[in-house]
Amino acid sequence: MADIEDSGPSGSEPLDLVRLSLDETVFVKLRGDRELKGRLHAYDSHCNLVLGDVEETIYVVEEDENEEEIVRVRDS
Amino acid sequence: MLFFSFFKTLTNQTVTIELKNDIRIRGTLKSVDQYLNIKLDDIEVLDLVKYPHLSSVKNMFIRGSVVRYVMLPRSEVDVGLLEDATRRGKLRIVFLI
Repeated sequence: MADIEDSGPSGSEPLDLVRLSLDETVFVKLRGDRELKGRLHAYDSHCNLVLGDVEETIYVVEEDENEEEIVRVRDS
Repeated sequence: MLFFSFFKTLTNQTVTIELKNDIRIRGTLKSVDQYLNIKLDDIEVLDLVKYPHLSSVKNMFIRGSVVRYVMLPRSEVDVGLLEDATRRGKLRIVFLI
């Protein structure tokens, strides 16, 4: 049973997985239909992040005359 | 503690803050506390047409919990130092230089 807890290359806490992504490009899903793609430079236990060269995508739903929902992508 | 120390190293730099209500404010970072509350001086609201009620505001206190992003001057961020400190979880010491 102990082997299961020790699985993974470095530690067993959830954020240890994030540590392996330092200085790598990461994809982050946020609240409010937002996504970020950027290089991860720092994070803390609250999941505050420092990202470099970030691309943000915001998904906005617009309703046209036929009341159909259109998903629009805004890159910024 | 890590982000608190990091922001302290950025005091007197010009930063742009985006709030969760989409308002973007550029100003000089004057101070920060453990909750990442922020004091900004000489502020400028980026979309004044949309938010004219802020046009006469010069200084601002921003509660940390309403901030979505803080955009930083690239040249003032030592990413190698940040990564090492994040790995070690000892940013406190590193940033006390």
